[in-house]
Amino acid sequence: MILQELSDLRGVSGCERDVRAYISDQVRELADERRTDALGNLICLRRARRPVDGTPLKVMVAAHMDEIGFLVTGINRDGTVRFGKVGGIDDRILLSKQVLIGDQKIPGVIGYRPIHLISAKDRQAAPDVSRAAIDIGSSSKTSTEARVSLGDQITFRTSFQTMEPGGLRCVSGKALDDRAGCAVLIDVLREDYAVDLYAVFTAQEEVGMRGARVAADAIRPDLAFVLEGTVCDDLPKEEDLSHVTEVGKGPAITFMDRSVVADRRLVDLLVRTAQANGIPYQFKKGVFGGTDAGAIQLSREGVPAVALAVPCRNIHAPVSILSLNDLDNATRLMVATLHGLKGSL
Amino acid sequence: MDLVAHLKEITMATGLSGHEGDVRGLIQRTWQPYVDEFRVDALGNLIALKRGQRSAGTGTHSIMLAAHMDEIGLMVTGYEGSFLRFTRVGGVDLRTILGQEVTVHGRRELPGVISSRPPHVLTEEERAAAVPVDKLFVDVGLAADELPTLVQVGDLVSMRRETIELQDEYLSGKAMDDRAGVASLTVCLEELSRLHHEWDVYAVATTQEEVGLRGAMASAYGTAPTVGIAVDVGFGAQVGVSEEESIEMDGGPAIAMGPNIHPTVRVRLVETAGRYEIKYQTEVAPGATGTDAWAIQVAREGVPTALLSIPLRYMHTSVETVCLRDVQRTGRLMALTIASLDEAFAASLAQ
Repeated sequence: MILQELSDLRGVSGCERDVRAYISDQVRELADERRTDALGNLICLRRARRPVDGTPLKVMVAAHMDEIGFLVTGINRDGTVRFGKVGGIDDRILLSKQVLIGDQKIPGVIGYRPIHLISAKDRQAAPDVSRAAIDIGSSSKTSTEARVSLGDQITFRTSFQTMEPGGLRCVSGKALDDRAGCAVLIDVLREDYAVDLYAVFTAQEEVGMRGARVAADAIRPDLAFVLEGTVCDDLPKEEDLSHVTEVGKGPAITFMDRSVVADRRLVDLLVRTAQANGIPYQFKKGVFGGTDAGAIQLSREGVPAVALAVPCRNIHAPVSILSLNDLDNATRLMVATLHGLKGSL
Repeated sequence: MDLVAHLKEITMATGLSGHEGDVRGLIQRTWQPYVDEFRVDALGNLIALKRGQRSAGTGTHSIMLAAHMDEIGLMVTGYEGSFLRFTRVGGVDLRTILGQEVTVHGRRELPGVISSRPPHVLTEEERAAAVPVDKLFVDVGLAADELPTLVQVGDLVSMRRETIELQDEYLSGKAMDDRAGVASLTVCLEELSRLHHEWDVYAVATTQEEVGLRGAMASAYGTAPTVGIAVDVGFGAQVGVSEEESIEMDGGPAIAMGPNIHPTVRVRLVETAGRYEIKYQTEVAPGATGTDAWAIQVAREGVPTALLSIPLRYMHTSVETVCLRDVQRTGRLMALTIASLDEAFAASLAQ
């Protein structure tokens, strides 16, 4: 399964090489042109293959390749490895985790003070991770330096897992934000459209949508869609709070998040297409997170943009969960929407 | 015996307190070549007997070696929509299980994740506190109507964690507390198969230590040993723990002193370590040791007891880390000590 391979690949923001190489190989036969730009975006063009009056629309569909993680920022005298967060990570999820460091995939663990040595009161507070360091089993700075270098990327050591088969067809793995979008985008490239499709696998979304910004500038699209893995908060709650999105209820159409107010025409187009094709969908209810749509919308003189996202539980954690139904429906909706685009909006 | 493979196998097996059957089977299979007989008592303790070769005029003496095979974990207490509520079995720090992969032992083994609310939707105040247990759920990715057919209240939930080799013969995984101790018993039994020993040896993989030393109580009564040695893990030096609170990693087993410990047995361990140049350290326990040694000492009419602690980092997390050399030293120290036990030593215990 493409999603499995994508999830298991490692690519913290700025270190997308392995993910890019894999995707580039997957789309070899699907794209008429492929290139990698200065920031490491993989830009693939699939030209219009259906008749259209005049010049075909330039449609950019983006999904980001990078994942949250860490970089090595220092090596302590006791041989442990200091790290800095890349992207938005809740400190509280760091405890008791396995990680892999650098290209050599040196295994390490982030431990914590034993519960026996913590007062009942302190156990109620968020853990203090100011001194947290990664233990690779080495007892000296010299011996760690032989295996680990400053700037090495650090990823969670998580393997993709197909969960108990039920109606939701859930899977778990790391980096589903946004390898889910990458998997959808690869499948979107398999179809013939009446538009010039620029499938862009972007870099550095998690540190401020930096890849999408320059890619949009180069492509100058007429409109853009962003495929994402998004916040899902459907755990039971006493308060009457929004779930933001719910697993299994279809891909989420974002009308607003912290980075973008979506183009209303594109929101309507997605909704109409879903309804016409009987594809389940939901709205992202809650203004949380940002996406490449925010960067693309502000490119040059502005680009109409919208995000379509697969709900991911435990997003930005070492292991997230999504429903393959939502993933498949995201692909169906994106493909159907692109089929519906002809001359102009 | 391949110690790495053995420790990987038994740490990745499941055996929550009171439900140690799976890991017990694996331990029994590993010990089989080294012992004369096995029995499993009413509490599920695995008791292996390796008979000594008594010389003429020697009484019957035995030594009990105890390491607990149970591990901490979670238990399902109810359904809520498509999620499972849970409670703790043993001392799990809930702050260490966010985003933890687990196995739910339902009608089948179901992969699951400890799910909590994403940081994006939380207030700063919420992010500054530990996530309370009523806001953590076991998530197996099933719909609400599918859950009850596969999972029942009372089903166990174990940590899903592959045991990995770090650098320099360090090994990290769940349940090293106290499967590292069990592995040191394996090392000891293997070593004893090459040594002459007069005393009978009861190697016991005990149950329910994490919920109150219960297996050790029953098995110390059942074996009624002349001497007991418990092997557990001790707080190894790590980031966030002071020198005063910890013992040295790769420093060998910590030989405990204090009211839980019989001085004569302790001195014999220290002398043996000195004679065979086995690295060891000393740990002072002024009160309860919280280990099987505490229960063994007061079995029946009382048992002279010692305690060896294998240094371990990050106790009660799923990344408990030990140095293999410490496991080997602990096993070897016990074997060589046992080989030294004779009638005179038995007589000296009462003085």
